[in-house]
Amino acid sequence: MTNAAVRVDRLRVVRGGKVVLPELTCEVGSATVTGLLGPSGSGKSTLIRSVVGVQRVAGGRVEVLGEPAGARTLRARVGYMTQAPSVYGDLTVRENLRFFARVLGAARDTVERAIGDVSLEDHADRVVSRLSGGQQARVSLATALLGAPDLLVLDEPTVGLDPVLRRDLWQLFHALADGGATLLVSSHVMDEADRCDALLLLRDGRLLAQATPAELRARTGAEQLDEAFLRLVDEEAP
Amino acid sequence: MSLRVTSAVAVRVLSQLRRDPRTIALIIGVPCLLETLLKELFAGRSPVFQHVGAPLLGLFPFVTMFLVTSITMLRERTTGTLERLMTLPLGKLDLLAGYGAAFAVLAAAQAAIVSALAFGLLGLHVAGPQVVVGALAVANAVLGTALGLFVSAFAQTEFQAVQFMPAMVFPQILLCGLFVGRSSMATWLRWISDALPLTYAYDALAHTAGNALDGRFAADVAVVCACIVLALALGALTLRRRTG
Repeated sequence: MTNAAVRVDRLRVVRGGKVVLPELTCEVGSATVTGLLGPSGSGKSTLIRSVVGVQRVAGGRVEVLGEPAGARTLRARVGYMTQAPSVYGDLTVRENLRFFARVLGAARDTVERAIGDVSLEDHADRVVSRLSGGQQARVSLATALLGAPDLLVLDEPTVGLDPVLRRDLWQLFHALADGGATLLVSSHVMDEADRCDALLLLRDGRLLAQATPAELRARTGAEQLDEAFLRLVDEEAP
Repeated sequence: MSLRVTSAVAVRVLSQLRRDPRTIALIIGVPCLLETLLKELFAGRSPVFQHVGAPLLGLFPFVTMFLVTSITMLRERTTGTLERLMTLPLGKLDLLAGYGAAFAVLAAAQAAIVSALAFGLLGLHVAGPQVVVGALAVANAVLGTALGLFVSAFAQTEFQAVQFMPAMVFPQILLCGLFVGRSSMATWLRWISDALPLTYAYDALAHTAGNALDGRFAADVAVVCACIVLALALGALTLRRRTG
């Protein structure tokens, strides 16, 4: 990939004395939907936190949109959805979004658009703590969409959502990528892999593969992507 | 610093409080109750009420805002919203100043209502201007907020955060000169008293009550303001963009 929105070069992260990412190198292509897949505990969230610049790193480099991750100029250009919904439970959906939009300096109409993007129009004036877990996650996702960021980093955005909503969100992700945005989307469910333009497969903090779904099938001879994942794991094992 | 971001934070904190009318009722009702109790307790000895009524009026906001802020900020740290905010174009001082402004508004409401009760119904009298008592109450509230923001960094749970109140606030109230005049304290206690911000807050209130708005009063106010700035700066140091 010549045109990368995110370049990770020999990234090393140690959390609480445990090496989470020993030496990770990968790229996220510009204007793609790149899936970051791997089992729980494989280091997905740590990589994501490194990309948005909130993770203390022990070595290596992370470059985002041509600048070091976490650079001040990136703060208005990178949208981030944390794994646990990070919104204010005692505010309504709309109040939450208005707050984040004001901090970003984004126009007011982006709030209504973001609410529509995550299909929460009917709940816009409800207090977030009264919503279901999936709805809260969508509020959190909506905050990341505000201000049309160039890079969207989403940590498990579709967990616990019904299939229709999941399909709608993946359509939204692709529409955003068609508009020029880059999306890095993590998931621990392999059946979401087929919805991605490119994949980063992570296991125990190591990159198993960086490929498109088609490349992965060709390389492993597996029809199903979770089977492909297993074959890659077996290849790695001595 | 950005006025837009600071006001966004202040409006957000106030909206959160508005969703919690019971807390607001307690913040306003408890000092009213305590002032009334104080008045009735010393019913036969009005000078005692006159002596402690005004300083307490000015010190209540310090205690309440310290508590409310440390819990609110702790929640911000533990629910992940702080991490989220740190990825946005938001300066640490914007966040702290937004908190300070929101709780100053709440403190002004608290001071206005408690003052109306104390100066009106309860017959509390100060020789100096009542509005200065109110202004000092707001300044003390901001001091409490600033200290609360700072200590929230050292609490992992809400249980711990609540315990910081007696730990950080009670010694200051005991040593500020309200219960025992500073001149009758043991020297080492007076040294500690000298180092505590509430000592100056109390002294300023006592000077207002005695209508002695002199150089000493000005110095007290300056120390309180300096402590607010210092506590906010320490608070900013505890906010980290990158964490382990």
